[in-house]
Amino acid sequence: MNAITPVTQSLSTVIRNLELEDQQQYLTFMLSGETYAISILSIKEIIQYGALTEVPRMPDFIRGVINLRGAVVPVIDLSARFGKPPTPVGRRNCIIIIEVALGSETQNVGVMVDAVNAVLEIPANEIEQAPTFGTNIRADFIAGMGKINGKFVIILNIQYVLSMDDMATLAAVSSAPELALAG
Amino acid sequence: MIPDEYLQTFVVECSELLEQMEEALLTVEQAEHDPEIINAIFRAAHTIKGSAGMFGLDPIVAFTHAAESVLDRVRSGDVIMTSILAALFIEVHDHLSVMINHVATGSQVSLETDNHGKSLIAQLAEYLSEILADQANFTAEVPIIHQFRLEREQSDVVGTDHWHLSLRFGPEVFRNGMDPFSFVRCLFSLGTIVQLVTLIDAIPVAENMDPECCYLGFEISFNSTSDKLAIESVFNFVRSDCLIRILPPRSKVSEYQRLILELPEQDMRLGEILVKCGTLTPKELENILCFQSEQEDEIQRPIGEVLVEQQLVSPPVVEAALEKQQQIKDHKKSEASLIRVDADKLDELINLVGELIIAGAGTNLIARRAKMANLIESTATLSRLVEEVRDSALALRMVQIGGTFNRFQRVVRDVSKELGKEVDLIISGAETELDKTVVEKIGDPLTHLVRNSMDHGIEAAELRLALGKPAKGTLKLNAYHDAGSIVIEVIDDGGGLNKEKILSKAIELGLITETENLTDKEIYSLIFEPGFSTVDAISNLSGRGVGMDVVRRNIQALRGTVDLDSVPGLGSTVRIRLPLTLAIIDGFMVGVGNAAYVIPLDMVVECVELSAWASDEGDGQYLNLRGEVLPYRRLRDHFNAEGETVQRENVVVVRYGEHKAGLVVDKLMGEFQTVIKPLGKLFNGEKSIGGFTILGSGEVALIVDVPGLMSQVEHKGITVAMA
Repeated sequence: MNAITPVTQSLSTVIRNLELEDQQQYLTFMLSGETYAISILSIKEIIQYGALTEVPRMPDFIRGVINLRGAVVPVIDLSARFGKPPTPVGRRNCIIIIEVALGSETQNVGVMVDAVNAVLEIPANEIEQAPTFGTNIRADFIAGMGKINGKFVIILNIQYVLSMDDMATLAAVSSAPELALAG
Repeated sequence: MIPDEYLQTFVVECSELLEQMEEALLTVEQAEHDPEIINAIFRAAHTIKGSAGMFGLDPIVAFTHAAESVLDRVRSGDVIMTSILAALFIEVHDHLSVMINHVATGSQVSLETDNHGKSLIAQLAEYLSEILADQANFTAEVPIIHQFRLEREQSDVVGTDHWHLSLRFGPEVFRNGMDPFSFVRCLFSLGTIVQLVTLIDAIPVAENMDPECCYLGFEISFNSTSDKLAIESVFNFVRSDCLIRILPPRSKVSEYQRLILELPEQDMRLGEILVKCGTLTPKELENILCFQSEQEDEIQRPIGEVLVEQQLVSPPVVEAALEKQQQIKDHKKSEASLIRVDADKLDELINLVGELIIAGAGTNLIARRAKMANLIESTATLSRLVEEVRDSALALRMVQIGGTFNRFQRVVRDVSKELGKEVDLIISGAETELDKTVVEKIGDPLTHLVRNSMDHGIEAAELRLALGKPAKGTLKLNAYHDAGSIVIEVIDDGGGLNKEKILSKAIELGLITETENLTDKEIYSLIFEPGFSTVDAISNLSGRGVGMDVVRRNIQALRGTVDLDSVPGLGSTVRIRLPLTLAIIDGFMVGVGNAAYVIPLDMVVECVELSAWASDEGDGQYLNLRGEVLPYRRLRDHFNAEGETVQRENVVVVRYGEHKAGLVVDKLMGEFQTVIKPLGKLFNGEKSIGGFTILGSGEVALIVDVPGLMSQVEHKGITVAMA
């Protein structure tokens, strides 16, 4: 039994590496002074921040909803999602619309960031394994550390960050605070 | 392995065919003998067999084959479709749906199902063997009938013993790589050509003649013992572009007459050729031509009329036949004009149109700001058109309720068998349209109501006779549009509800007190309370007291209402009122802080100003509304809304279920129709919000789920009390 576990682990690393080799283009953006990157393959579009409707009784990281050409799309505050203070609203705020897998379907989710920088190519050999500690966000949110001009940027595993199951659980807890308190 | 999408199509097609088959079987079981219906059943079985064969689903093929063989016998009249046989076929139908379900889910057929199938095949086989026995008896009688017919027609039959073939090859025969003479040669394999006359009349003058065209024709007198089909099959390859007429030996004079008329050559010339062929004697030709001139003026008339005049067929028969043809044509037409569209595509279209409306409203706003009269006018025209487009787009989702109603033929049949009561189902308003999503969800509650009416409503036959009612009970399903909603009625002519029994039961259950004065309607609606049943004996079908409350809950989930009318001794009517579509609601928009919320209009009872008409006497818990206690909740507090507070707050009085409550809001913004967008997984946990909607400005507003919000408030009350 013990022998099997390491094999599967290394297999998943191989798959992840393969994925990284295939997707070499990344969008970099700013979030409370730090640079992050996400693979461009899951990005649908980038829009200006505005006309957001807040949804009451939701946790901080759910900023609200926007009307994206007739579809109601939730907007996630990435900074708050990482457990940091909510993103202040400024002139350069953007919403990145990302396609998130939800079972067999996909759903569009907006991610609010401070500013969007550029689309860069990061070759696979410039990407390091994610450290198990030392970063100030959850380790499973990180797909790897990319090196750009000698500096490291965190490449996010956006499907994990925007995991619907995870977020919906948090939202449900937040919408029933009385219950949580009473329990 | 079969690709999933094809299998999907197969399953959908089969279930549709099975539905048709069931409908037809139920009609047949009512002892209506219409060959068209038998054909419909046969076709359904045949198509299922064929498609199943394509997918290599051998068990289905084998099973359907057995059914098809019996159906074929029925079709040819060898077996009579008795109600027993129809009942057997209904079982066959059920077994087929089970098998197809297995295909759909990819599961293995259980041994039990398999055995059931085998026993059905065995039962079907009995019918086949019976026929074989019957056929032996029949053969003795057949020749007698035949002889009789021959005698009757003897008088005007042409004397030749040979077949007569008239061939006119089309101009394309050579180009298609065919040699006319090879066909003639082929005839030798079937018999001997007694006489052959080649017709070259069609050949034009030399300069107009195209050497690649075929202008040939043949008149052949042919001696053969083969049947017509065999002779016809010789010409299979050229049938499409050639004129071929085959007359069997001893055909009637009139048939020769028709032949002469149909062929392109002149009548006289043709007649001579026929004589030359030896098919006709000169005397016979004279007869034919004579007969023809007598009828010259009748030739243009439809064959039906001619037949009637010659008293060959009686007028009613012709009329019936014509009507039949027309019906079949109409049916084909309506079938052909239907297109199967993926529901997702429709939703996408409706979404896009909704977006178009919002974009149009935005343009209109800008035009107003710019104060350009022309632009305002043109945007107004545009938005009117777009709204029309939206209405027709929404109409695309509408389906007739008839399909759902027809399914109850089966339910009623099964339940009446089970209960031993005879019940007729009468369907009206089947063409009433409503949203497809509603149609899908109304089936279960309706089934429940129908079963309930049959079990509790309609009395046993003896009791009915004793009460002076017909022994057969009647159950009506009716649907109609009324004030923007659809009403579905389930009407029975049974005993009606027993008011005293309901009251005593309700008191027993503690639902009401003895002193309460209730109207009839209120009493009847008690049966929708959970756990309520006045029946002492619990039957297989109903009486457990779980059901009517589920019905009401299901209907409320569709934003509908249900109520009940009853006349003791005469029957009861259950009336379901549903919105036409789930996608659109009438909303009442209110402002709280900076945000806009929409409250479903059918829940709003009234609006009053907080300080002027209602006063808070309950320490923030309840209001005094004209002497009535009204619990209330400030939406501002509930939703933690930000923004300035207003001086004059308003109370929206809402009713949900049996309760009334007040929602205190900042602004009343009026009512409007709105398209509901689902919450999505992220927000599903929040009970006080029912959905999103997009306002004309393009902003997203939240739709308040009143019952959900109230349960949150109640819950909070409890937790506060506990703390």
